[in-house]
Amino acid sequence: MKKAGGWAAKAACIWAMLALCMAVPVAVAASNPMLSSRDVYWIIGGLAGSVALALLLFQPLLAAGYAPLPSVPVARHWHRWVGSLIMLTVGLHVGSLYLSSPEDTMDALLLVAPTWFSVYGVIGLVCVVFTAILVALRKRLRLRYSSWRILHNALALLLVASTIAHALLIDGAMGTVSKIALCALVFVATSLVLIRTHVKKRPVAMKPPAGP
Amino acid sequence: MTDVTFSRRALILGAGACSPVLIHAGWSGVAQAATVLAATPSMPGGANNYVPKAPMVTNLGTGFLVSGTVRRAGAGEPLANIRIQIWAATERGGEREPSNHGSVLTDAKGVFRLEMSQILPSFGQPHAHLAYDDQAFKTVFLRPVMSSKSDTSVQAHFVLA
Repeated sequence: MKKAGGWAAKAACIWAMLALCMAVPVAVAASNPMLSSRDVYWIIGGLAGSVALALLLFQPLLAAGYAPLPSVPVARHWHRWVGSLIMLTVGLHVGSLYLSSPEDTMDALLLVAPTWFSVYGVIGLVCVVFTAILVALRKRLRLRYSSWRILHNALALLLVASTIAHALLIDGAMGTVSKIALCALVFVATSLVLIRTHVKKRPVAMKPPAGP
Repeated sequence: MTDVTFSRRALILGAGACSPVLIHAGWSGVAQAATVLAATPSMPGGANNYVPKAPMVTNLGTGFLVSGTVRRAGAGEPLANIRIQIWAATERGGEREPSNHGSVLTDAKGVFRLEMSQILPSFGQPHAHLAYDDQAFKTVFLRPVMSSKSDTSVQAHFVLA
């Protein structure tokens, strides 16, 4: 019993830290005084992008069992839901920015924008689309799980790297310090999980709570 | 002695820097070929959120200065009474906000100036849009980017053909 109580306290602590790391950069972006002068689509587009970036911190931790959840299947279940949420927020980010400024968004999607960092955003978008296809066709593709995981994780790495470049080079949507801190955390979390999975060959770090 | 060495080095560097101009002048056979100005090309994304015929304004707010020059391609003489249309995101709204669009005319020296509200970043970069879009010359859209969002001015120069 004592052991289980210790796990719960530790879990609560990790959840609080994780929530803080994800919520603060989004809250800073949401409290930007510039927002009062912007149209609703610009605001939704920017915030959806910030939320998507924050979710990229949560997602690898769920995959590797670093998030304190009762079991591996529960963590995987959350991983799928957060994956859907990332797709949703990225879709909202692009769609909303299109409604805010169709010409700027089309320039970005067609890779002719003067803001060359939007290329990184498009790479990230393509990674999200391919990941969704890979997940949806997992059974039909008849890949071995190890092969499927290499494809999935390669896309994840490219998505994270391009999203960080995209976010760091954008001026105006998020707070500078909290954005850099979040990007650093996302990079560290993704690297740790990928090293654990593919170098150390120990994909799941989960220590379930001790039974009563 | 070091002076002599330095002068000689500066001379060589100077000659190196000038050589493209010298070659150009020799090739065209005109003594003042170095002053021949090419027309300014439009910048990518320059026309985004353009609304033709922005009204003539004395300012679009205060605290920020958009300025520049308009010259004729070739000899480069300043062009007076040329309408330049300017728009940008400010505290009043994004680039589509009507009160962020205005036109000004160049003076006798080909200089235009528009005081406006502080430009805020739009689509990830603090930038202004400027257009020449009248009959006399070819249309040009410029999109100068500020080096920092705290800059209080931005310049753009037109050479029209």
